[in-house]
Amino acid sequence: MSDTNVQRRQFLKTSVGAAAVAIAPGMLLFDMAHGKSDPVSSKVRWGMLIDTANCADGCNDCVTACNKENGLSGGLSPTDSQWMRKVELKDMRSGRTLALPMMCQHCEEPPCVDVCPTGASFKRADGIVLVDKHLCIGCRYCMMACPYKARSFVHEPLHDQKPDVPRGRGTVESCTMCVHRVDKGQQPACAEACPNKSILFGNLNDPESEISKKIRTVQSTQIRADLGLNTGIRYQGI
Amino acid sequence: MLKLFALLAALCMCASADATESYGMPKLDIGKGGQCVEEPQWMRKNHMKVLFQQRDETVHQGIRDGKYSLKNCIECHASLRDNSVIGRADSFCEGCHRYEAVKIDCFECHSSKRSSALVQKEH
Amino acid sequence: MTSHSPLRFKNRIYYSLVAAGGLVVLMGLYAAHMMEEHGHIITGMNNQIVWGIPHVFAIFLIVTASGVLNVSSIGSVFNKPAYKARAPLAGLLSIAMLAGGLTVLMLDLGRPDRIIVAMTHFNPTSVFAWNIFLYSGMFAAVAFYLWTMMEKRMNPWSKPAGLLVFVWRFVLTTGTGVIFSFLVARQAYGTAILPPMFIVMSFAWGMAVFHVVQAAIYEWNGKLLDAYVQKRMKNLMGIFVIATLYFVAAYHLTNLYFARQAEFERFILFDGGVYPLVFWVGYFLFGNLIPLLLIYHPALGKSKCILFASLLIILGGFSLLYVFIIGGQAFPLSIFPGYEVSSSFGDGAIGLYRPSMPEIMLGMGAVGVSFLITAIGIRMLDFVPHEIPKSR
Repeated sequence: MSDTNVQRRQFLKTSVGAAAVAIAPGMLLFDMAHGKSDPVSSKVRWGMLIDTANCADGCNDCVTACNKENGLSGGLSPTDSQWMRKVELKDMRSGRTLALPMMCQHCEEPPCVDVCPTGASFKRADGIVLVDKHLCIGCRYCMMACPYKARSFVHEPLHDQKPDVPRGRGTVESCTMCVHRVDKGQQPACAEACPNKSILFGNLNDPESEISKKIRTVQSTQIRADLGLNTGIRYQGI
Repeated sequence: MLKLFALLAALCMCASADATESYGMPKLDIGKGGQCVEEPQWMRKNHMKVLFQQRDETVHQGIRDGKYSLKNCIECHASLRDNSVIGRADSFCEGCHRYEAVKIDCFECHSSKRSSALVQKEH
Repeated sequence: MTSHSPLRFKNRIYYSLVAAGGLVVLMGLYAAHMMEEHGHIITGMNNQIVWGIPHVFAIFLIVTASGVLNVSSIGSVFNKPAYKARAPLAGLLSIAMLAGGLTVLMLDLGRPDRIIVAMTHFNPTSVFAWNIFLYSGMFAAVAFYLWTMMEKRMNPWSKPAGLLVFVWRFVLTTGTGVIFSFLVARQAYGTAILPPMFIVMSFAWGMAVFHVVQAAIYEWNGKLLDAYVQKRMKNLMGIFVIATLYFVAAYHLTNLYFARQAEFERFILFDGGVYPLVFWVGYFLFGNLIPLLLIYHPALGKSKCILFASLLIILGGFSLLYVFIIGGQAFPLSIFPGYEVSSSFGDGAIGLYRPSMPEIMLGMGAVGVSFLITAIGIRMLDFVPHEIPKSR
């Protein structure tokens, strides 16, 4: 056998090996690529702009979608969890009425996070306020501290939770801004479900995002802005 | 007295059986099974550590594609009969945890069902 | 044989009392077990009234545990011999009530099995996390203080230890008041008057509890309390009751002055149903007017009156906390000032709360824990005050 032949074989071997080394991690990643592998960063701040003028009277689609997505029973007793609720408002002086969906406002300075003894209440780098239920001891101090009544306590043992939305007895929970969907690049369920598209979801830190552009041009309000919490949820038309 | 000796002898036997890992080990329904993300013996010893690490990364940093996710475990190891890793004496998680007498604190909150099966049911 | 029988009879009473206390504790533990089994659904608490009767018991016991030490502080820090003789008993009561209060607070958690998480994960911005440190430190400080008092060789350390406890309990009661002060959005809370108010409340309730226990011990041993000591202590208690009333008045008057708080004050003081009733009858009448009359009226003020006054002050304390904690949550959170609001989640509506049997049992269990520790402690060690002759 000639020298060139041996060299050719050697070359083939090494190049195949090199290719395998180059491709393997990619293959592995491809295999696992159902979400993203980078930690969330503070370059993003997720938020919503809710147009109350378009929020139809009697429509409850966002709440229903939220319950379905997160596996909530939809029960309305005082011990049932309600991550999202429709609030009917009537101005006491003018008599003007309006309705809006109310949930965790995903504050920049969340009181629930400040008071939580174990650090179970926390704010993700991208501004989403969550409860780490592995750390929650169920003291309910966060429910006392929340200015928006956004949190619910799970009063009963639960069964058949959604695989993406673990929830359990004795811990506190609230709107997660559908973090499991957001991490996959989707919108929160309520925003997707609104028939009038009055819930606009997006990145408040990106000046070019639709939500940022709209906030620059229309008048929007934060609920209890006097508390200085800088909420991630803004409302139009209050 | 005789009874006491018998009991002691039985205890010793249990202890030695434990060392050889054969006596009374539960026969588990491993579901689909197949190639695990690590060596099975390594997983038996360390699954909780990697699960905890992954869980903290997922909850706090939004990293959702790690290979040690609980959902991945369940996807392969849920029984093909009832799509669950708990509930029966030979269920993948419960069977072993019962044998070792270690409480599982996962499934009070987490679904014990194979999620692909749940999706199929919904559609 | 006959001469022994009264003692034996007394022994039997003692053991049946301890057994009764134990039974109450067991009932409390059973309630806690039920709550863990079924969840908080079996309590009256819900998503609007998130803290209920267990917290009334817990906060009363913890605040009083700090206040009862006043007796020992006056002895060791301010050098009053009449109080010095009572310092060990005050220390024991403090430990007992702190243990009771913490037990109920812990067992009411949604996940009491995770209490270890509370010890290993510390959020430095949370006053709850500080309190875990303050409460456990309090045990250690008081235990050390007791040691310095009861062990002759350690006596020289008694004064610095007393000072440490004195400072520690101020911080502890402040920490308890601050739990509510730090709630920015709730109308009933979120004011800086609460920590000093809690401190003064602790003085009054601590004195009252001390009086009750002291009266029981003296009665049991057939001893008579020195009239001079009695008079000093009851006058001090009266002053603390008045001071508490002053703080409560200041709290409500300030609120009444603010237009945005007027609605809340109307609810809590006038048309809120059970809450104004408990406030005016339970706290104001039974917790202040009658006890003050019993203490200061020239024709009264005897030991039976003082005992009765002390019991009423304790009742008043529970009433005040019930109105403060539960009434404060029942009034709807003002999320949209200027609007009438309604929703499926109780926005704009008065929260409903009916205490259930398990949570009352849990609260009583905490009192049982305190009673047991006190009863056994007095029997085992020398906690009964030894009167020092008045000449000093």
